[in-house]
Amino acid sequence: MTTIPPEDFTQGEPAAEENRRPEGFRSPGLPVDPANTTGRLPEGDPQSIPDLAEVDCPDDLREHIEKLVAKYPDRDSKDIHRSAAIPALWAVQRRYGWCTPEGIRQAAAVMRVTPAYLESVASFYDLLRTEPAGKHQVLVCTNISCWMRGGDELLQSFCAATGADPEEAAHGGALSADGEILVSGFECLGACDLAPMASIDERYFGPLANEDAETVVGQLRGGDEVLPEKSLAARGLAGGGAESSDPRVTSGKGPNR
Amino acid sequence: MSGIVETRVLLRHAEDPALATIDGYRSYGGYETLQRTLKEIDPDWIVNELEESGLRGRGGAGFSMGKKVSFLPHTDEPKYLCCNADESEPGAFKDRELMQRNPHQLIEGIAIASFAAGVCHAFIFIRGEYDRQADILDQAVEEAYSAGFLGKDILGSGFDLELTVHRGAGAYICGEETALLDALEGKRGNPRLKPPFPAVQGLYGGPTLINNVETLSNVSHIVANGAEWFKSFGTEQSPGTKVVSISGCVKRPGNYEVELGVSLRDLIFGLAGGPLDGREIKAFYPGGSSSPVLTPAELDLPYSFEAMAEAGSMLGSGSIIVADDSVSIPRMAQRTSKFYRHESCGKCTPCREGTSWTDKMLTRVVDGEATPMDLDIIASVQNNIMGNCLCVLGDAMAMPVSSMVKKFRDEFETTIEEAFYAEVPTRLAGRPVPIFAEGGDRG
Repeated sequence: MTTIPPEDFTQGEPAAEENRRPEGFRSPGLPVDPANTTGRLPEGDPQSIPDLAEVDCPDDLREHIEKLVAKYPDRDSKDIHRSAAIPALWAVQRRYGWCTPEGIRQAAAVMRVTPAYLESVASFYDLLRTEPAGKHQVLVCTNISCWMRGGDELLQSFCAATGADPEEAAHGGALSADGEILVSGFECLGACDLAPMASIDERYFGPLANEDAETVVGQLRGGDEVLPEKSLAARGLAGGGAESSDPRVTSGKGPNR
Repeated sequence: MSGIVETRVLLRHAEDPALATIDGYRSYGGYETLQRTLKEIDPDWIVNELEESGLRGRGGAGFSMGKKVSFLPHTDEPKYLCCNADESEPGAFKDRELMQRNPHQLIEGIAIASFAAGVCHAFIFIRGEYDRQADILDQAVEEAYSAGFLGKDILGSGFDLELTVHRGAGAYICGEETALLDALEGKRGNPRLKPPFPAVQGLYGGPTLINNVETLSNVSHIVANGAEWFKSFGTEQSPGTKVVSISGCVKRPGNYEVELGVSLRDLIFGLAGGPLDGREIKAFYPGGSSSPVLTPAELDLPYSFEAMAEAGSMLGSGSIIVADDSVSIPRMAQRTSKFYRHESCGKCTPCREGTSWTDKMLTRVVDGEATPMDLDIIASVQNNIMGNCLCVLGDAMAMPVSSMVKKFRDEFETTIEEAFYAEVPTRLAGRPVPIFAEGGDRG
């Protein structure tokens, strides 16, 4: 563990000689327990804006982020567009599989913000992963409606099928033994009509039976299309195709005539 | 069962997959209203008509859309419109359906509302989980740009409008309007102190109009048909149709569009098919997981903003979650509190600590480690959350949890007792001398 040096708390008056910061001193920050950081210690200073020349950002990623930045009209006093922070982090995650410290530095250099700033944004949002997230992600909804229809059991089935740790999966996500598939309990994905459901590589499937977990994992590993018959895209309206014959609706002058 | 049929205005023709494309939408009369608006309609007339129609926000608060527009100052500074498509309330999935099946209806509504309010740049803030729907919107926005319905000098009218689809990244709090603005500005989604309200000082410090997907989807219909037409649907205080998401223990969960004011029984039994075979309804959330629960005794109430408020609950986003007699209410309360505990942004103490305490206490209840006194403490914690935070996330947990403890207190007490005795052998196993344990051979 690193120790914290004594800080100078005196205001106004110059600090006593023995408390003064040495020339060129840089705070090493709070004590860090390497066991809790899983690769999250970015190299270089997280508080200064990295130079684009030294982060080795791939050209296509740079161009993509620059395009994102141009989509927003905001500009702060230093002419920085912060609005693109979340889309830029998405771009990093899409490219590297998760928000890697190096990826965050690259995005920070392009956006001209500090890596610490992007890190703070990434750690706030559930979908931005700050730890390795495997090749495939299975998010199983365990919120009220899905829970009533067996969401917890479905999550257990996915854990059994992949070998992911059930306890960890229910609390933020767990990787399968080979590190390929991330299984995570998730809270309300906005598809309660499919309950119990899962978001598999960002596409919705449901209602899923516990046995479907095996099938899905097999299909993911084999690179096949996942459960086409249970995808949200294949579903019609719950009420079917019956259209109302209400004259107010049929004589409407707006869209959907 | 009564033969209730849906009244589909927003979801009309939604079964046709072509509706998601610009050509399909135009073949059903799409974008004609926008063309007419830009050519011959006065922005003030639209604002007046929206106010006259009584259209209430469909995102949860139920505030008059027309009033919201009229709050925007008549100045030259850049104004913004944010369409709230963050739909993260457990039980709500109507915006997903509307965006996926009819994205152009939303875009046309945004364009007309922006024209009325003098907005120069509009955003659709869609939750990150809705990746497919965001792709559909991206595609639709691109089509609308190439057809000249967005961009500079739209259809030669001199009106400019940019529209950006912005994906969130998974945070319930971003459905709160000021947190949504922070997230859109590239920050952590923390709510802001109000006032100033977004209508005065919102996105990038400019006046900002924030409306839900369903509210904006209604705009072109109201402008095309007039306020009187809109008021012919629904009740006096809740005009119009509403897409209602019904889920939980029912036979046919899904989105149903009905006139406001139909009875809950028609919705839950008539449209959603009622509870599963051999089951009975025990309780239901009438407006998403943040609304106080109602019991079967209230099934004959009309589904409208005013009737739900009178019954001590709310219509919210129009999402009904049904629990049948197989569901344990204390466990449902714990599931609810767990969600809000996770989603609390941590800015205000009553919400950050209150959601966490409530979750821990409810976990103790279902684990058999609580006493009936804990129920009073739970109720008092809820009282201390409500109204004491910058936003209503804490209230959103406090309202349903306190309603459950109040209406189902017996069940909570039985659960505490049963769970306690079920745990006795395990408890005793840890003790050095289990003097009254039967058999004495455990552990």
